[in-house]
Amino acid sequence: MARDRTPLSAATLPAASVPELARHERGGQDLLRRLGRIARGKPLGAVSALIILLLVVAAIVGPLISPYDPVKPNGLITRQAPSAAHPFGTDQIGRDILSRVIAGARPSLEVGLLSVAFGTLVGAAFGIVSGYFGGVTDFVIQRVMDAILSIPPLILAIAVAAVLGIGLRNVIIAIAIVITPASARIVRSAALTVRANTYIEAVQTVGASDLRIIWHHILPNVMAPIIVIASIQIGVAILAEAALSFLGLGTQAPNPSWGADLAAARTVVTIAVWVSVFPGLAISIVVLAFNMLGDALRDVLDPRLRGAS
Amino acid sequence: MTKYIVKRLLLAVLVLWVVSIIVFSAVRIIPGDVCKIVTAAPDVDAKQCASIKHGLGLDKPVVTQYLRYMGGVLHGDFGTALISKRRVWPEIRTRIPLTLELAVLATAFATVLALPIGIISAIRRDRPADYGLRLLTIGWLSIPGFWLGTMLIIYPAKWWGYSSPPGYTDIWIDPAKNLQQLYLPAIALGLALSASLARITRSSMLEVLRQDYVRTARAKGLVGRVVVTRHALKNAMIPVITLFAVQFGFLLGGTVVLESIFSLPGLGSLTLASVLIKDYPVVQGLVLFFATVLVLINLLVDISYAWFDPRIRYA
Repeated sequence: MARDRTPLSAATLPAASVPELARHERGGQDLLRRLGRIARGKPLGAVSALIILLLVVAAIVGPLISPYDPVKPNGLITRQAPSAAHPFGTDQIGRDILSRVIAGARPSLEVGLLSVAFGTLVGAAFGIVSGYFGGVTDFVIQRVMDAILSIPPLILAIAVAAVLGIGLRNVIIAIAIVITPASARIVRSAALTVRANTYIEAVQTVGASDLRIIWHHILPNVMAPIIVIASIQIGVAILAEAALSFLGLGTQAPNPSWGADLAAARTVVTIAVWVSVFPGLAISIVVLAFNMLGDALRDVLDPRLRGAS
Repeated sequence: MTKYIVKRLLLAVLVLWVVSIIVFSAVRIIPGDVCKIVTAAPDVDAKQCASIKHGLGLDKPVVTQYLRYMGGVLHGDFGTALISKRRVWPEIRTRIPLTLELAVLATAFATVLALPIGIISAIRRDRPADYGLRLLTIGWLSIPGFWLGTMLIIYPAKWWGYSSPPGYTDIWIDPAKNLQQLYLPAIALGLALSASLARITRSSMLEVLRQDYVRTARAKGLVGRVVVTRHALKNAMIPVITLFAVQFGFLLGGTVVLESIFSLPGLGSLTLASVLIKDYPVVQGLVLFFATVLVLINLLVDISYAWFDPRIRYA
């Protein structure tokens, strides 16, 4: 059952809201302590949050901390094994792989966040409308979502990316389309549960408009599954971006991208293994972090979804 | 039961119809000129273009085009490829056995790996073995298949000078060679699947182990192994099969990447090649084919539940 955050439950339990207020006023220090408590309870979640923080930092200040130019080739130092000067080695045209890996953080995160934001937003909107109104609206929306779901995700993404044309923006659109129906389904079932509650009937009786009910009563109660599904989808989206770039449909050379770098590395991979090790590790670690964060968030926010993925 | 099956069947047909409309209209609103794709020339004069479009039936109203196309599809005619001029359906049909075999091998590998992991994780809940296995599976879930595939080619070659025989041999001609060519891509394809199957097996087993009949089985003195395999595992399989039906789509998508890495002439590599050269009739046919396969699998899963569990039928 969804936890109700209705004005009613707050009103019947006035005592509970007083310490709540006091705690909020203590501010920053308390926040740190609470984070510490969460970190002890969910060590994997905390580790993954740290990795994601690192990714965000790399995406924002990447050019400042990267030891070499990630794009400019250097014919003198091609395919050098990892060393003190180049901890991850250099690639087939003499670029520092550490710098490439750092530079690859931005497109990955960009695609991950934007595609999931669009996909979840659209999916959640469809899901809420579907679950709240029911009937013919629900039936039509669900059949369209079923149709999208019945096309294998990566094949759908490849087809959309190719149809729209090669490039990062279209990769974002393609992945967002793939993500939409999954979010729509989960949010729909959450909305159905919320809708069945008596307090929805109560606000309907006092004459609240559908829009008002959706915004003030349904949406707050389906936020938990939305957040959980979004955090899991970011990992999926980053993997999909890497696959599309690997296949040549995403980021184009010489722009840095983990997936495209892995594809480029295939020509020299038997003589210079490290060229294809580090970008692959970067993808795996980042996706792992988002998967673990999703798991931890699910446990905290929405125990009903445990084991749902 | 019959009523339930008829209802599911009608829904499946409806969904495939929606897919066909989506795919058909998507192909027609795309940027990029058919004439340029067919002639592979940067400029095509209007007259030549008009005759190309006439030849493809693109000068007719869209509804007529759709009805014509679907009429063909229902008779097993998916049209002709724009560039190779080959018939689309025979092209797809000859590639089915390879992709099917790859999918079956990957599924078998995933299941053999996933069930023991999920079961051990569940019966050793919150102990070191459980944490270790959960970390392992969530790690597998995060490894891109195309990277794993590349690694599976490089490392055996580097360390032992081993590489599987190139190309693809029909399983009926030389089964041993065929398996040598397919087992590495099958592992790369199946690992992520095994991770999700193991995770759902674990949570489903935990659910079932809590049930009264499991306690009864233990109480009447059955040994742990019998309780787990005979009583719990069987009942824990429903969510696992559901998840499998969902994950099969990911598996088919994965074949695109792995078939191109391992240079296998299956449906996946055909998809990628046709998408890259924008051969829309082929892409359209493939998407419809994949969607039909997925819808049929889901239909079978739904019907088999209703068969095994009457509660679903009447819900």
